[in-house]
Amino acid sequence: MCTYTTEKIEITGSGKGAQGWFTLTDATVYFDHPVHAMAEHTLNVDFRNPAHGPAARVAVELTAESARTLVAAIEAALAAVPAALAS
Amino acid sequence: MSEDLTASTITITGAGGDPVEAYLAVPDDGATTRGSVVVIHHMPGYDSSTKEIARKFAANGYAALMPNLYYRQAPGASPDDAAAVARADGGVSDEQVVGDVGGAADYLRAVPGSNGKVGVIGYCSGGRQSFLVACSLQFDAAVDCYGACIVNPPPDGFPLKVTAIAGLAPDLSCPLLGLFGAEDKYPTPDETAELSKVLDNLGKPHEFHTYDGAGHAFFAVDRPAYRPAAANDGWQKIFDFYGRYLAS
Repeated sequence: MCTYTTEKIEITGSGKGAQGWFTLTDATVYFDHPVHAMAEHTLNVDFRNPAHGPAARVAVELTAESARTLVAAIEAALAAVPAALAS
Repeated sequence: MSEDLTASTITITGAGGDPVEAYLAVPDDGATTRGSVVVIHHMPGYDSSTKEIARKFAANGYAALMPNLYYRQAPGASPDDAAAVARADGGVSDEQVVGDVGGAADYLRAVPGSNGKVGVIGYCSGGRQSFLVACSLQFDAAVDCYGACIVNPPPDGFPLKVTAIAGLAPDLSCPLLGLFGAEDKYPTPDETAELSKVLDNLGKPHEFHTYDGAGHAFFAVDRPAYRPAAANDGWQKIFDFYGRYLAS
């Protein structure tokens, strides 16, 4: 089904899209039909900067297992450095 | 049948009088009169695969028009970027969908050669929207391909902005063809059976088919959900249905 479920967050950082690097301000996270991945549903993240238009987007579509593995890897990477660096 | 056609991007008048991009596919078959179909794209947007569906209708003798339901949010954007913007903005309202699809139907009725009969078809979220517009506007035939949230509201915990709309069934303006997968969870076979019962009780003409071995999105040739046997039979049923209700 189309889940419509969407988590929206504000972020600070940069991403590289079709037009090169740009500043990221927002991310949307949702579990729904992918555009490209060969799965019925995927965990999708759009890293965005709406002020720069719809194409200012870095999109990823991950299987649920891959998404959970990525979350664990991110947490592990953050935990592996001194807290002062990752604050 | 030559299957010759012409396809192009046009601008129609949608909800609130707004200009809306739309994809028009018209047969080049020499026919002097023909029926028409409004194609409602799925949630991933106004994409190549749904434009291919519009061309399939034209190749089979129908003028077909697909409005870009995300045009307002992202004019000129690629379909996937536009869908991402629409999602981030909370989707499009049922009211806007009815207005945009109504604008498409009005356009088709005015196309030279139109016999005045217009059908509608939608897939996935568009399946629900096909039922919605058929209950809100005058159509001659409607097809719902695995639309969820018609009978049952969204599951608990899902922040869906859509609501169940089976209560609109008394206003269904035309015969309804429903094509579903037995393995689909949204909608489940129980849910589509319930909708069939509602329509039976109202005396609304409809025919529902549920395919074994198929789940959601079994028509989607570019997705792993594609089930050729179900899709091929479904297309035959669609053209038989439209042949009965949209023919000149």
